[in-house]
Amino acid sequence: MENESFELEFILNGESKNIRVKHYWTLAEVLRSQEGLTGTKLCCEEGECGACTVIVDGKSVTSCIVLAPEVQGSNIVTIEGLSQDGEIDPVQEAFIEEGAVQCGYCIPGMVMSAKNLLDENDSPDEEEIKEALGGNICRCAGYYRIICAVQSAAQKYKEKVKVL
Amino acid sequence: MSITIADKDTENDLKIVGKNVKRSDALKKVTGTLDYVIDQKMPGMLHGKLLRSEYARAEIIKIDTTEAKAIKGVYDVLTGENLSQPVPRFGSIKEDQPLLADKEVKYHGEPIAIVLAVDEETAKKALKYVKVKYKQLPSVSTIEEALKPNAPIVHSNDQDNEKTNSNICGHWDYNWGDVDLQKENSSFTINNEFEFPMIHHFPIEPYSCISYPVDDELVIKTPIQHPFILRRVVAQALNMELSKVRAISNTIGGGFGGKGYPKIEPLAAYLAMETVRPVKITLSLDEGFFSARRSSAQVNICTGFNSEGFINYQDITIKYLIGAYADSAPRVAGKSSYLACGPYRTPNARINCEAVYSNTVPSTAFRGFGMPQLIWALESQMNEASKIVGLDPVDIRLKNLPEKGDVLIPGDNPVDGDWKQGLRKAAELIGWGKDNEKNKGKGIAIGIKNPIPASVSKSIVRLHADGSVTVSSGTSEMGQGAKTVMGQIAAEELGVPMNRVSVNLGDTSVAPFDTATAGSRSTVSMGRAIKSACDDIKNQIKEIIHELYTLKTSEEMIISDGYVKVHEKVISYAEILTEYMGPNLGEIVGRGVFKGTKINNHPMGGLADFWEIVFTASEVKVEKETGKLNINKLLNVSDVGCVINPLQAEAQEEGAAIMGLGHTLMEQLVYDNNSSKLMNGSALDYRVPTSMDIPDNFESDFIENHDGPGPFGAKGLGESGIIAVAPAVAGAVSEAVGIKMKDLPISAEKVWGLINNKK
Repeated sequence: MENESFELEFILNGESKNIRVKHYWTLAEVLRSQEGLTGTKLCCEEGECGACTVIVDGKSVTSCIVLAPEVQGSNIVTIEGLSQDGEIDPVQEAFIEEGAVQCGYCIPGMVMSAKNLLDENDSPDEEEIKEALGGNICRCAGYYRIICAVQSAAQKYKEKVKVL
Repeated sequence: MSITIADKDTENDLKIVGKNVKRSDALKKVTGTLDYVIDQKMPGMLHGKLLRSEYARAEIIKIDTTEAKAIKGVYDVLTGENLSQPVPRFGSIKEDQPLLADKEVKYHGEPIAIVLAVDEETAKKALKYVKVKYKQLPSVSTIEEALKPNAPIVHSNDQDNEKTNSNICGHWDYNWGDVDLQKENSSFTINNEFEFPMIHHFPIEPYSCISYPVDDELVIKTPIQHPFILRRVVAQALNMELSKVRAISNTIGGGFGGKGYPKIEPLAAYLAMETVRPVKITLSLDEGFFSARRSSAQVNICTGFNSEGFINYQDITIKYLIGAYADSAPRVAGKSSYLACGPYRTPNARINCEAVYSNTVPSTAFRGFGMPQLIWALESQMNEASKIVGLDPVDIRLKNLPEKGDVLIPGDNPVDGDWKQGLRKAAELIGWGKDNEKNKGKGIAIGIKNPIPASVSKSIVRLHADGSVTVSSGTSEMGQGAKTVMGQIAAEELGVPMNRVSVNLGDTSVAPFDTATAGSRSTVSMGRAIKSACDDIKNQIKEIIHELYTLKTSEEMIISDGYVKVHEKVISYAEILTEYMGPNLGEIVGRGVFKGTKINNHPMGGLADFWEIVFTASEVKVEKETGKLNINKLLNVSDVGCVINPLQAEAQEEGAAIMGLGHTLMEQLVYDNNSSKLMNGSALDYRVPTSMDIPDNFESDFIENHDGPGPFGAKGLGESGIIAVAPAVAGAVSEAVGIKMKDLPISAEKVWGLINNKK
């Protein structure tokens, strides 16, 4: 039973994937062990800390409690998929500029949650940002600069749209 | 005092120091491309998973590993019996912790066996097939039980390196003046008992280390704050020479003291030597709860005041509940209790401290190193005193704060800052003195600690043939920004841009000795070592110039902004090196050292390099119907002498404050008193602050009088922000609804209970 594996087809950071995985593997394990994408971090492994947050079909999920079969045919974006043509995403830029990064371990998950929020809401207020990041634990930075970074990223997105 | 104040660089002269230089590791961190140890693998690597004790104290009758060993992919399963005998033990203060339990387990969660397998999944699976037969023994998990006359003794066995007949691990006394005499002379005496709970560090990066042999050298790659302590501890435990052990501190995903002293590394090192393969041991976050915690404390404090509100004496008895093994807990107890009278002028003091063993997770260093526990008691006492003596909480503190240059603790360095300035600033920022709305109150508290006395930092700075620079330092990067700040100091000193400075941190085979990345000391101590290494480079350049050009006096040469001006010519470092040694040849190696003042027979081993002091204020609204606290405002003012990187300094202070808010409002490890089992060791059950818990407003500010011993007059920071949060919040709650808190966390239930009992 536990050796049962199946073909998992999905889109990972824009690239079509077809790999054999075991049915009880979590998405986080698939990303880290099979795809070598260690930017998705593991911490609590029970969906409480948000370090492993990725975006599946436009929704942020904690990949440590999503099983591989659940993402059959899904479109998955990880932290590695945020940078395009060597340019980092405005969220990532803002995190650097606002001093939101300390030890950095929670940051990929935090960036993904922030990115997902801004995809859904281009002008979140402070409460909405706090809510959206409520599932991402940071033990170093105390959240203030992270919230500032999300506000700044919202501005950056708008300016980017204007330029386009 | 042997420490001299740094060169008189005025703020205006500085080009890189004092600026918001971006973190050098930020890009890798935001793109997920920075490899923490947990992300790394090596060819042929074995994965270790630990089996942990189900009981707090038990004799191990039998461990059957047969079934587990038979599983495909399992390399070996080892117990204490399978290790070299006697079982190697390790520890930074006492070598008391066995690599795997030795016949008896002493705390719930203690490692008793390890599975080594080809991958982590197999190792985890095999754990389920290891059968252990225990004989349960009586255990202790509170101070009260541990000190009872017939208490079970944690270290009562012959195989224990430190066999004891009581649970007292250590005892410290500090006395000055005459407390008994003053007991009769005081106008007011206040007597209280305060308690502080066990807290877990909860780093987001789980513990993970890889050890591997290379020729006759053993390498340990791990997120450790103090690589040189790790090297010593492993060398001692495995009977190796220091030169054969290489400890590499990989970027740390949050330490806070929990990754200071060796945990799983000695076992990984042992197994790497035995198997001659790379061995990786990774713990889950939940296993982290079985690895490190803050000591809980019970503080009995009796303070005498004279009629004007000046402190006459402090009579303080402290009991720290430490775990089943010493780790660094004795040092935490002995060092913090030395400063139990806090920042106040205390003419008479009697401090008595005990560290008490129990069958719980070993306690270790944790941001603030014992001071949050003691300042909770002391500053709550001052809040109460202000009411009894009839002085405003700010005024009673101003009255008792010493002036710069005054003695704080007899025989130690005097007060090194304008502390009243800091307190006034915090009071002003919180709007002290303005009327509070209904059920709202303001609180203020002062935190203090000292860094590691008599510590040593060394550094090597190399100026390469092309004029670029490499800094090698034993400091580790744990998110505090050392990599950036150390680069800034070298760039400033040598006058080269930041992007031409590389910083190598935490590798004992690359960097010279450093005591530890702890005690808020690195910017001061390592900063000084780097600065002196840069001075050494500049002196060597001067010698070279003298050799190349005939100078009558050294005034004819100026070294500035990365260039040397001599004989009306401006020459770059690269040109000097080329002219002196030939094209692409050689480099200049600068050596730097910082050595704190060592004093034999001093209870701390030496003098405090500086006093790390913080002034914390809060404004809190209490919801009377539920007891819930709303933190409207929280602010810290820290005396840091000189801020090297404002953005990072503020972020450190904020992070520390929110961590402090965690132990103030919600965090507490819970042990079952009967079984001594940890009841809430997981992210689900142990809540730390999230973005939803932060204060409505937050501020951090600094006092910068350039009067510290560090480069550019800096003092340390990083810990200060956590120390005084709890009493500042409790003071505000007391102002708001008139209740007195004596233990933490200040949960809604407790507040509601106290409000309603008062009625």
